Amino acid sequence: MITVLVLMTLGIGLGFFVGKFPKVIKGVDKMTTWSIYLLLFLLGIGVGLNEKIINNLHTIGLQALILTIGAIIGSLVFAYITYKLFFKSK
Amino acid sequence: MKNSLIILGFFALGLILGLTRFLPEVIMESDFSLYALYLLMFLVGIGIGADRSSWRVIKETNIKIILVPLCVIIGSLVGVGLISVFTPGIQLKEALAVGAGFGYYSLSSIFITQISGETLGVIALLSNILREIITLLAVPVFVKYFGKLAGIASGGATAMDTTLPIISKYTGKEWAIIAIFSGIVLTILVPFLVPFILEVF
Repeated sequence: MITVLVLMTLGIGLGFFVGKFPKVIKGVDKMTTWSIYLLLFLLGIGVGLNEKIINNLHTIGLQALILTIGAIIGSLVFAYITYKLFFKSK
Repeated sequence: MKNSLIILGFFALGLILGLTRFLPEVIMESDFSLYALYLLMFLVGIGIGADRSSWRVIKETNIKIILVPLCVIIGSLVGVGLISVFTPGIQLKEALAVGAGFGYYSLSSIFITQISGETLGVIALLSNILREIITLLAVPVFVKYFGKLAGIASGGATAMDTTLPIISKYTGKEWAIIAIFSGIVLTILVPFLVPFILEVF
């Protein structure tokens, strides 16, 4: 995973220089979108081939929902405290 | 929104092809996804570096606004960490990594699949899609009971794009810039935070 972060940092550096060229940015955006499509497509294939996941889909779905509820309630509580303490007067 | 549907479409298409085994051997046996991920991260980096407007937003606004993404990070991780007692079979660090997707399901599920395997990757995908969907549906209620930052917090990384319209509608336009800022910070952090949690802990 270090490779990924190094590549991303290199990208940020390169981005500073090519930021002036809207055509390049547009191309980069398009390629970004398509590589996300490609990766999710590949993830789909991997999941479809993976019998362990397919057979346990209801458990996996329930676990995902539970984690989401935790994440949302946690952020709401902290957002409420932050709002009351720092933003209320606004 | 249109974009998310296309993303889900590609996932569904892959899923069907995988289920029906309607694929050439090459694809089933080799793993291109790591190289595709390398390419994606390089491109995401260029996008971040090139985006002048996001740097300007960060420079020009009050320092206090840093607190917003910060409370979303702490809140999401604490919440997901506590609730993970109800998901036996998922380790604490795995639950934290799923929570650290902040709704950015494409990138976080890709990372988690690569590091922890497809099962947790699918949990991350579903969980973070649900975060976006629940936010889209429940912002009015959240704002009513948890204050003006609630929609931004619930939306996480999606507060800068897919959930921005609804947040801005129920919280007020003056909060949109804070929503965008928080969304940008969280979006940038996802590729750092998710591998960090899974590999360092």
